[in-house]
Amino acid sequence: MSTGILLQLAQTLLAILLAPLLMGWVNQCRAWLQGRSAPPITQPYRTLKKLFHKDAVIAHNASPLFRFAPYMIFACMALAAGIVPTIVNDLPFSPAADVIALVGIFALARVFLALAAMDIGTSFGTLGARREMLVSFLAEPALLMVFFTASLISQSTELPVIVETLAHQEFAIYPSLAFAAVAFWMISVAENARIPVDNPSTHLELTMIHEAMILEYSARHLALIEWAVALKLFTYSALGIALFLPWGIAVQGDLAALPLALVAMVAKLLLGGAVLAFIETISAKVRLFRAPEFLGTAFLLAVLGMLIHFLLEV
Amino acid sequence: MMETFSLLPLEPVQWAWGVVLFWLALGFAALLLQRVPQLLSRLVFPLGALGALFIAGVGVAGLLLPASTIVLPIGLPDLPFHLRLDALSAFFMVLLGGAAFGITVYASGYFKSMAGGPLALLALWYHLFLGGMVTVLLANDAYAFMVAWEVMALSSYFLVTTDHKVPEIRRAGFLYLLIAHVGAISLLLTFGVLQGGQGDYTFDTMRLAEMTPFWASVAYLLALFGFGAKAGMVPLHVWLPEAHPAAPSPVSALMSGVMLKTAIYGLLRVTFDLLNIQIGWWGTLALALGLITALYGVIFAAVQSDMKRLLAWSSIENIGILLAAFGLTLIFYTDGKGALAALTLTALLYHALNHAFFKGLLFVGTGSVLHATGVRHMGHLGGLMRFMPWTAWLTLIGALAIAGLPPLNGFVSEWLLLQAFLQTPGLTQPYLNMVIPVAAATLALAAALAAYVMVKFFGVVFLGQPRDPALHEAHEAGWPERLGMLWLAAGCVLLGLFPAQVIGWLAPVVSLLTDQTLVNDGNWLMLAPISAERASYAPLIFFAVVAAVLLLTFVWVRRVYHGRVRRSDPWDCGYPEQDARMQDSAEGFGQPIRQIFEVFMKVERETPDPFSRSPHYHGASLDKAWFIFYVPIARVTNWLSEQAGRLQHGRIQWYLIYSFATLIFLLVFTTR
Repeated sequence: MSTGILLQLAQTLLAILLAPLLMGWVNQCRAWLQGRSAPPITQPYRTLKKLFHKDAVIAHNASPLFRFAPYMIFACMALAAGIVPTIVNDLPFSPAADVIALVGIFALARVFLALAAMDIGTSFGTLGARREMLVSFLAEPALLMVFFTASLISQSTELPVIVETLAHQEFAIYPSLAFAAVAFWMISVAENARIPVDNPSTHLELTMIHEAMILEYSARHLALIEWAVALKLFTYSALGIALFLPWGIAVQGDLAALPLALVAMVAKLLLGGAVLAFIETISAKVRLFRAPEFLGTAFLLAVLGMLIHFLLEV
Repeated sequence: MMETFSLLPLEPVQWAWGVVLFWLALGFAALLLQRVPQLLSRLVFPLGALGALFIAGVGVAGLLLPASTIVLPIGLPDLPFHLRLDALSAFFMVLLGGAAFGITVYASGYFKSMAGGPLALLALWYHLFLGGMVTVLLANDAYAFMVAWEVMALSSYFLVTTDHKVPEIRRAGFLYLLIAHVGAISLLLTFGVLQGGQGDYTFDTMRLAEMTPFWASVAYLLALFGFGAKAGMVPLHVWLPEAHPAAPSPVSALMSGVMLKTAIYGLLRVTFDLLNIQIGWWGTLALALGLITALYGVIFAAVQSDMKRLLAWSSIENIGILLAAFGLTLIFYTDGKGALAALTLTALLYHALNHAFFKGLLFVGTGSVLHATGVRHMGHLGGLMRFMPWTAWLTLIGALAIAGLPPLNGFVSEWLLLQAFLQTPGLTQPYLNMVIPVAAATLALAAALAAYVMVKFFGVVFLGQPRDPALHEAHEAGWPERLGMLWLAAGCVLLGLFPAQVIGWLAPVVSLLTDQTLVNDGNWLMLAPISAERASYAPLIFFAVVAAVLLLTFVWVRRVYHGRVRRSDPWDCGYPEQDARMQDSAEGFGQPIRQIFEVFMKVERETPDPFSRSPHYHGASLDKAWFIFYVPIARVTNWLSEQAGRLQHGRIQWYLIYSFATLIFLLVFTTR
């Protein structure tokens, strides 16, 4: 039990500390693919450090909610990162929240971010909040349906059990999971504010969603939000890996398998980041009103995955 | 436990009836105290609140003790009032007492400004309403049930029309009264079918009656219609968004939080207790109606711009969720999956309890806003968090809870219900396997939209800049109001953090209806309804971790870096003319939803001429159900009454001829 708790803490801390590195890797890959000279992979850390040192500038009419929200969002993402198995499966903390609760954590962070965006009362803040909620009201049920498909296969909503079933049992092809995987990819893109739903590197009022919400933030608050964003990308990547490419993860108590698991995880993350950068480079951002169609497709695919499970696999 | 209760001289049902009498006495005492309005708010309402707390206590006792009955010497000569308190009634009494306590404490402060005559009358109707609802839960014969049901409907009608000088409110009240009575007629017919030709209207006889599937289905459908009209099932929901905003806020809270649940109680009572058989397609029907109601309600909630109307539509959504859970319970129960029926029923009861607390909280929160500003339209509000921090933070708890966010209570019941949906592969009817994924998806969509609605509600009303300069004068609610809201908010938090305990208390109700109990496989910290392997959720750990990380981060940032803050103007994008009107209005925030779901709505839009000196914009998304169902019915009714009107000339000769013709007609046909 005590090693379990140590492992749990180590894994969560590792996730928190390494999350900006993944962001740096994706940015680097993107720069390479676009023929630019890349910033160093540690650039996100430097940005965070710079932001933490600055004095926070806050609007006169900001309420306490505005200053509370970054901490809340960061805590939610840290909890999410603690639940998703990255290197070790079946951690002592995982029974506290299953996949449905995981969706709940993401929703909690999102609602706080949207409320904080509305707090100052600028036109951009409310615009961003409205668009974020528009994206999420389709993405959230779609994510839930993806999880449902995986849960129906493994007869459980516990992430460790799902990963265990999918990773360690004899190899079987689940057509429903193929649908779920595509849907999951689309949802992750939308939820992490990447192309084609949102573009993390512009501040163009016609298109921005996430950036519009955090315009009023500065210094340490902005740093916490940026860090939480990196953590969210990391958690989603880890989730995708755990659900669709779980091979190589270590079971609890099997300390010998740890180094291998670590290597496997890093390799998968590097690959995933490169693929994300590649897709972002070759695709264009869709118009905002096409975003519901994009997400509606993801939702339909996820529901189809579940139906196919009932049709073919029961 | 039994020992201590048996020492009491009276049984729970007698205590409960005692509280009803106490409330009646309070109500009539209020009339006598008309001249001393201070006493009304300082004495009558607090005493009423104590009664509610006592009812909750009686409910708890009723959950622990076996059913108790009494027969009262009132009512019809051959059918006196039969009252009975079993676990099902007891649970709904806990719900009623718990929510009504907070709401009535709030009301004692809220109604302070309404000195004089109307307040005394209001206090009478208010306590009659409470007493009526408790009697509905206690009734053990059809006559007592219908009398209590009518007391409840009429007293709430008078509460809704408190401001009867406003024509819209009179209209809303009439609509409410009309649909309540259409529903009541249907219930009367239900009981007529249920007594099975024996002529005895006690529930005990009905329980023993052997029904054929056909007549059982007739009774079920009539009950679904009758109780659905009370609950706000689509398409019988039209009264809800009219009546709830019209009533004073504590009354809206009571109607939405508690009264709608009496309909759910009735549905459970008739289907699982009074009917001796249940049929599978009943469940599918209720599931479908529930999901339609949930989705329809939440879509319309998203496009409302009146804050109380928004909450009323959100109540429709929650009733839909309850109906869907009811349908799923029936499906499992008729399929012989008792354990799963127990799980779904637990989710249903849990959600009913949750909704009483968070919807009560939100409605009284809008009451405070209304008191402070006099405005219900969200387009004239904004930024109230700075002027009313208590109301804002407490309302935020309610908003987060109703949006189904962990670790608050709304999440627990939604979690349980989704778990139930995941257990369906064992069902014997294959067509259900097709329906269930779609149903689960619809439910998830409705839940996600609820978050949208609540961000809109809270963000537009409490955050941002005040859209009206007068809002700077908004004052915080008084202490009784704050205490009432605190109680309801505490309920939301505690019900969210201790689900394992709550489920333990629900066990007697669940075993009464499904002959099974839900076994919690986890410990006191952890909720694991089927087995810990399948699913688990530990809200307390969840909460502790989030709080710990939050504090650690805060301390770390302050220690390692600093906590310096500089205040300045918000960034104006280079346009110095930024004002509060540039924020999203309520319509603006709901616009994407309106655009996506426009098929359900009849959209009215008037855009001003670009050169207009005094531009006026009007936009409304109207309920299509009104035009599809109600307008044609109203037209046909009007036409029929016009046709009948042709016979009425107001001249005595004609009426004599009618009588004569009828007489001839009858003579001819009866002598043949």
